[in-house]
Amino acid sequence: MTKATVATCSLAGCFGCHMSLLDIDEKLLDLLQLVEFDRSPINDIKHISRPVDVGLVEGGVCNAENVHVLQEFRRMCKVLVAVGECANTGGVPSMRNGVSLKRCLEQSFIRGLGIEGAQIPDDPELPLLLNRVRPLHHIVKVDYFLPGCPPSADAFWRFLTELLAGRDPALPRELIRFD
Amino acid sequence: MPTFYLDDSEIPFTDGETILEAAMSAGRYIPHLCWRPELEPHSSCRLCTVTINGRPFSSCTQPALKGQKVECDTPALLAMRRAVIQMLFVEGNHHCPCCEKSGACKLQATAYLLGMQDSHFHHRFPVRMRDLSHEGVSLDRDRCIRCEICVRASRALDGKNVFAIHGRGIESNLAVNSPSGLLKGSAISPDDAAVRLCPTGALIAKGRGFESPIGLRAYDREPLSSIELREYQARRAVHD
Repeated sequence: MTKATVATCSLAGCFGCHMSLLDIDEKLLDLLQLVEFDRSPINDIKHISRPVDVGLVEGGVCNAENVHVLQEFRRMCKVLVAVGECANTGGVPSMRNGVSLKRCLEQSFIRGLGIEGAQIPDDPELPLLLNRVRPLHHIVKVDYFLPGCPPSADAFWRFLTELLAGRDPALPRELIRFD
Repeated sequence: MPTFYLDDSEIPFTDGETILEAAMSAGRYIPHLCWRPELEPHSSCRLCTVTINGRPFSSCTQPALKGQKVECDTPALLAMRRAVIQMLFVEGNHHCPCCEKSGACKLQATAYLLGMQDSHFHHRFPVRMRDLSHEGVSLDRDRCIRCEICVRASRALDGKNVFAIHGRGIESNLAVNSPSGLLKGSAISPDDAAVRLCPTGALIAKGRGFESPIGLRAYDREPLSSIELREYQARRAVHD
């Protein structure tokens, strides 16, 4: 049987969703019978090498690089999944949306406690921040949403096995959690 | 006892009962956020919408009538309810992972009941004034869904008159009755029904956040629907 290919990434997220995916424990071995990982922080492959079946994207979109990566995922993934609260709603990072970017940067790099040589980082290699942190579906079409902060290991397992079996991966009520 | 039909079930009712009340008595849960059994119905959240002869009615205000055929759990109504709750989520800032009300929040629990897995619409990320001035109660207007439960509860149950809605449409907002417009200086108290009955994290009694660990919060172990049905039926038993 040909294995399905999966790519994963974390944008403006905390990698908690990836931790939760690893939390399926010994079922990881079963999962590896079904899928082969392309780009993912788990194997440290930096770019998607070929079109893949499923893209799991954790985190919201907070800077220009996030937009670039998300668009690459959309282009290369047959099925794109927004994983976790940040990808679904902007999550905790989007709590900065009520504050101007200038004030955020000044608070973090100029006025914050214990700062020496205060300056706002402006190295051209740093991706530019967006004025607001946005969920994935503001930027690209998203096929499925896996809620939770993070989605539980059971939610991951249920979602992936249903999806890979070609069934509707809608979660039962007890696995839908926003926290 | 006269009866009406809710989808395929025959529901008995007493004269003057609404469709929602009769359904709850019979153990049929119709999702709702602005309705409370101890308050006058408000009919603003529209989650309890049912159709009668193809026409939508809010079941919290529509009296039950003998022989009436009421449609409640049709695919179209379920999709409508999910869209309504998605709109409530994107209209405010509902950051469940860091909200003290999470796990005991009716808005969140109703979203779970309705199988909401995504927000569908674009988030507004509004910026409204928070009020942390009071020593015992906080008000986060970005979590308010304008159900007016606090407005009604403050007047009818607390014997106060702390809240009102001002403004119109998307600009409507919760106003506080005090000389400064802040909770500090109003008659509010953390034990008020207005605070206790808030279905979201908009009004919160301070100092109690995260008291219950995840897994032991109000709606962690049992869905909102079965808890509310049990409470409503116990209440009916006392009143009858």
